[in-house]
Amino acid sequence: MAAVTSLGETPIAAPARRPTGMQAGRRRRLNIFRYVVFTIFGLFFLLPLLAMARFSLEAPNKLGTWSLQAWRQIASYQNTGIPPLLSSIELTLELAVITCAVILVLLLPTMIWVRLRVRWLARTIEFLCLLPLTIPAIVLVVGLAYIYNRIQRVELSTLMLFWVYVILALPYAYRALSAGLTAIDVTTLSEAARSLGASWFTVIVRVIAPNMRAAILNAVVLTTALVLGEFTIAYLLLYTNLQVELYSISRNTPNAGVLFSTSLAALTFTFALLLIVSYAGRRRRGRG
Amino acid sequence: MAVAATTKTGARPSRAGRRPSAPAWVGTVPFFAYVAIFLIWPTGIVVVDALKNPNGTWAFSNLSEFGNPLVRGYFIGSLKLCLISSVTGAVFGAILAYAVASGDPDGLIRRLYIAVSGVLAQTGGVTLAFAFLVLIGPVGLLFHASWYFEFPWGIGLIYTYFQIPLMVLVFMPAIDGLKVQWREASENLGASSWQYWRHVGGPLLLPAFLGATLLLFANALSAFATIQAWENQIAYVVPQQISTALSSEVGLSNVNEADLLALGMIIMVAIVMTGYALLLRRAARWLR
Repeated sequence: MAAVTSLGETPIAAPARRPTGMQAGRRRRLNIFRYVVFTIFGLFFLLPLLAMARFSLEAPNKLGTWSLQAWRQIASYQNTGIPPLLSSIELTLELAVITCAVILVLLLPTMIWVRLRVRWLARTIEFLCLLPLTIPAIVLVVGLAYIYNRIQRVELSTLMLFWVYVILALPYAYRALSAGLTAIDVTTLSEAARSLGASWFTVIVRVIAPNMRAAILNAVVLTTALVLGEFTIAYLLLYTNLQVELYSISRNTPNAGVLFSTSLAALTFTFALLLIVSYAGRRRRGRG
Repeated sequence: MAVAATTKTGARPSRAGRRPSAPAWVGTVPFFAYVAIFLIWPTGIVVVDALKNPNGTWAFSNLSEFGNPLVRGYFIGSLKLCLISSVTGAVFGAILAYAVASGDPDGLIRRLYIAVSGVLAQTGGVTLAFAFLVLIGPVGLLFHASWYFEFPWGIGLIYTYFQIPLMVLVFMPAIDGLKVQWREASENLGASSWQYWRHVGGPLLLPAFLGATLLLFANALSAFATIQAWENQIAYVVPQQISTALSSEVGLSNVNEADLLALGMIIMVAIVMTGYALLLRRAARWLR
């Protein structure tokens, strides 16, 4: 049943098609169903983005014209009362880098250490890491407003948002890293390294971490996606990151072309990162 | 590296490691400290402050504010929106997930949809509101929906845009867990597609489906950016009112309104997520 593929599309070395346990006729009907579904959902997901793209390519105040002005404005847009757009973009990217670095330094050694030496803490760590999924950001911010207001006297820079973003990204980073840890034999690797005289630091940083490169990359991308899209906490603590900036612009000038070009650029950036990671992950799996 | 030290702990990594001066769990202290400060403490503040008067004395009578029609209105609004968006999101997401999962497990379509889902489930927020505004809003390219600014429907449709991808991500593992042998067995026994889904596939996937729906519900409950960018004059749902309460001092008399609403959200999410955990355990019985 699995061999219904025609000769033309089956190169000799190609891996066998996934068996579905279905008769050929049903398989064909299933394929029609699949392509109908893909088309409908594809349109649903694509149309809003296309509308946004169209608006980003329109000259201001002249409906139906084409212009690249909105895309050029990303670098230069400025409105009264809010910081220039470019500075918020830079700031958000810096935030993403800091958040990724902190989360890796905080979480990765802890997870490896727990797996090697303190297994009885594993469930607690997992629970704590997934907890932010259940505590909405808006709830967190109510409590944080109190803490941040206390420290506010020292004039915190917007970059200090990373402290909270690390918490928000914990569940995603944890899942990615946990998948990576399960895929390798941590105990054997560490026993081998330890019996060759490696310190625990060497075991974690130079033996285990390099073996889960794909998982680390995955965690980094998910964290970046989260930071680029974060609005709630920055908005309520009165900081201006990229999303808050876009929101403020839309309050002043609804339909400003630069809104659409910037949003689209941010989306495309995240999407490209994720696609790269999914390809990288596949290649490693293929070799291993 | 001192040789004495390595042989002491390194030769037998599993047991002998407990002997050195510092116990192994000390290595996890930074992680626990971080989570305590930025997750547990803020949440604790919310819970405690919700049960106190502004002057600092305990007041469990604050809880009676949940009976206040105004407060109840926000919770009912949240419930409506979450129900609509999570049920539609779950149904359509499950269909899409099945279409994706029944294809080539390493194919382009699958990788594309997973990567896209990863981005779209995260994004939402300001960008999403813009995209739908220019697609079906007052200046829409596709059509001008008169119900665009009506409460549960307009925003509900926008929410499905990130609920469906989330469903795909969450539900896919369950579909992948359906064994080919089960399908083959029912085909060999002469079952039609309908009978297979009615008696085998459906019941197997049901707990996972309901669990995923609950997760979507919690996701919609905590969403704030999207609805704030969609309409920021009227507060329809709890997060919006928390935001209003945080930024203005006027609130319910004698009550820390933001804290109280946040406590209500914590309770709601806790109920939903407990149900999710229970259903997940039920689902895991077959799908491993």
